[in-house]
Amino acid sequence: MGLDFTVVPGYFDMLLIGMVWTIAITIGAGLLSFFGGIIFAVIALYGHWVIRLPFRLFAWLFMGTPLLLQLFLIYFGLIQIGIDLPAFVAGVIGLGLHFAVYNSELIQASILSVDKGQYEGARTLGLSRGQTLRRIVIPQAVQAVVPPMGNNMIALLKDSALVSVIGVAELTLSAQQAISRTYRPFEFYLAAAACYYVINLCLEAVLRRLERRIAAQR
Amino acid sequence: MSDTPFIEIRHAAKSFGALEVLKDINLTVERGQIVAIIGPSGSGKSTLLRAINELDPLTSGEVWLEGVQINRSLPHRQYEKHVNQVRQDIGMVFQHFNLFPHLSVRDNITLAPKMLKGMSSADANKLAEQQLAHVGLSDKIDVFPSRLSGGQKQRVAIARALAMKPKVMLFDEATSALDPELVEEVNLVMKKLAEEHMTMIIVTHEMDFAASVCDRVLFMDRGVVVEEGPPGVIFQNPKEERTKNFLRKHLSR
Amino acid sequence: MLRVYPFFLQAALVTVQLSVLTCLLGLACGAVGASMRLSRLAPLRWIAAAYVSLFRGTPALIQVFILYFGGPQIGINLDAFTAGTIALGVNIGAYMTETIRGAILSVDRGQTEAARTLGMSKWQTMRKVILPQAARMMIRPLGVNINALIKGTALLAPISVIELTQTAQRFIGSTYKPFEMFLMAGVLYMIFIYIVGQGINWLDRRARIS
Repeated sequence: MGLDFTVVPGYFDMLLIGMVWTIAITIGAGLLSFFGGIIFAVIALYGHWVIRLPFRLFAWLFMGTPLLLQLFLIYFGLIQIGIDLPAFVAGVIGLGLHFAVYNSELIQASILSVDKGQYEGARTLGLSRGQTLRRIVIPQAVQAVVPPMGNNMIALLKDSALVSVIGVAELTLSAQQAISRTYRPFEFYLAAAACYYVINLCLEAVLRRLERRIAAQR
Repeated sequence: MSDTPFIEIRHAAKSFGALEVLKDINLTVERGQIVAIIGPSGSGKSTLLRAINELDPLTSGEVWLEGVQINRSLPHRQYEKHVNQVRQDIGMVFQHFNLFPHLSVRDNITLAPKMLKGMSSADANKLAEQQLAHVGLSDKIDVFPSRLSGGQKQRVAIARALAMKPKVMLFDEATSALDPELVEEVNLVMKKLAEEHMTMIIVTHEMDFAASVCDRVLFMDRGVVVEEGPPGVIFQNPKEERTKNFLRKHLSR
Repeated sequence: MLRVYPFFLQAALVTVQLSVLTCLLGLACGAVGASMRLSRLAPLRWIAAAYVSLFRGTPALIQVFILYFGGPQIGINLDAFTAGTIALGVNIGAYMTETIRGAILSVDRGQTEAARTLGMSKWQTMRKVILPQAARMMIRPLGVNINALIKGTALLAPISVIELTQTAQRFIGSTYKPFEMFLMAGVLYMIFIYIVGQGINWLDRRARIS
């Protein structure tokens, strides 16, 4: 059959739209995983055991099973109990929660390693426990784990390809649509891979700048 | 008002299990007084200081500030509120500064006034500028703590505490983590506060400083106040054997 | 419900097979990749760096699709199981390259200098001094890679390899019991990951003692 890359430019707009969706999913799920990670970490460390225990179980399940399985559960499982989420929303929630659990593990360890003097300094000024946690401890803990959380963000970008399986029209599914019309999988999957690679490079550049800015303060 | 003492500590005791770190300590401090607490490490002097603002609550005894009991036993929620309130009136400076590394010098100083006193950003900024000028660090306002020397960090920590307009300042070995050449700049700031009649309780092992700045000196050993008096008496003419021994070791250096 | 058990056990076996084969291929790619990354010859270093960057910079799912669906266009006709194993193995190999390289680089420079001053060759130094120390340090991070690759075998569900996730997906459709199916597959994954994790801990402890 041979290769013929000249067909690719004809579907450029299709791939571009897919790319925009992939970026949107990555940003949406990335934000969810960031804030979710902080909330989960606080629950895991300070929550009442009634919340903490089921949460522990949830975290354990999410870290021990494949993301794809989790996406199936959220997308098809919630339909069973009457919650019919659009594929895009289900994908963002699935990706976001999955990586929130990983971020939470990082943030928990980081919170525990914040110097005791920081609590004393804040409490001495009259800040309450909650204020100390919110304004002093969590910002420091989060800053300290920006590099590994950045790696999670990069993993999230690549794993966003999985939401094509539940029918989210992002980059991978766009490539599949082009393939179904042209029967040229090699060319289009390679093109999609190139797009992912470019987004990945941009994301890495952004993360490196962020890390440098934080390092400059410390 | 005038007959209630400014700060009063009554029968203060604290123990960790079987270990008694403070044994029946009584102390009153008048407004504007500057008290130094000296003594060997493990004597309980830092514990006493940290009991004043409830960082290390006492096992028994009372701490009063201007007729208000600080270590009241209250239901948890009310206790927290009460303690957060009284701590705003008690400035504290630590051996290891405890500046917030993720905040600039300005934000270190303005955080608590803005958050707890509802001060506007403009007013808080002005306050930060004043306080920094006071400790001689006006040019460092937008710097992060990691860029400061130890002495500068401690001066910012003092400015941060002063920005809450405290009624009393507690110093917990404020200069003992500093390189020797940086001690003087911090001492100068503390002397300046003394001249402004700030009430201060200073845990220190710098005898010269205690002698030159303080009105009263307490010598503590093994959880009790062994001897107290004006610096002239304590340093030149101590009565107790333990005080003499301690001073012999520390003044000869 | 009972009728699904045999299918899940069968599928679990496929997941185990996939994981073992992927792991072996990954380790081979990782070893070759790491030695190329540390080679004296610049072109070898570049090739290995490109391998790592490209395979870590794009989704594994796409790599699976390129080989399985695109392979026939360039004369590579593989069944789903084989194509999937190769794609996943080469993919995880890129991660393992970095793990192995990192462990080797983490051995103190002084070790090399000491060995070389004793008159050992570069290869002897690597084999007798550096690798034994690096091997100990790479067990844990390789364990992380292996944990990821086990969960990664789920990526072969979309190309219809009958492994655990595919089986769960199939029965979600036919039984309308998504949570049960999810739990069934999830528990099997976790048992497998737990056993592998214990094995890695055991290896790590042994390496530390010696």
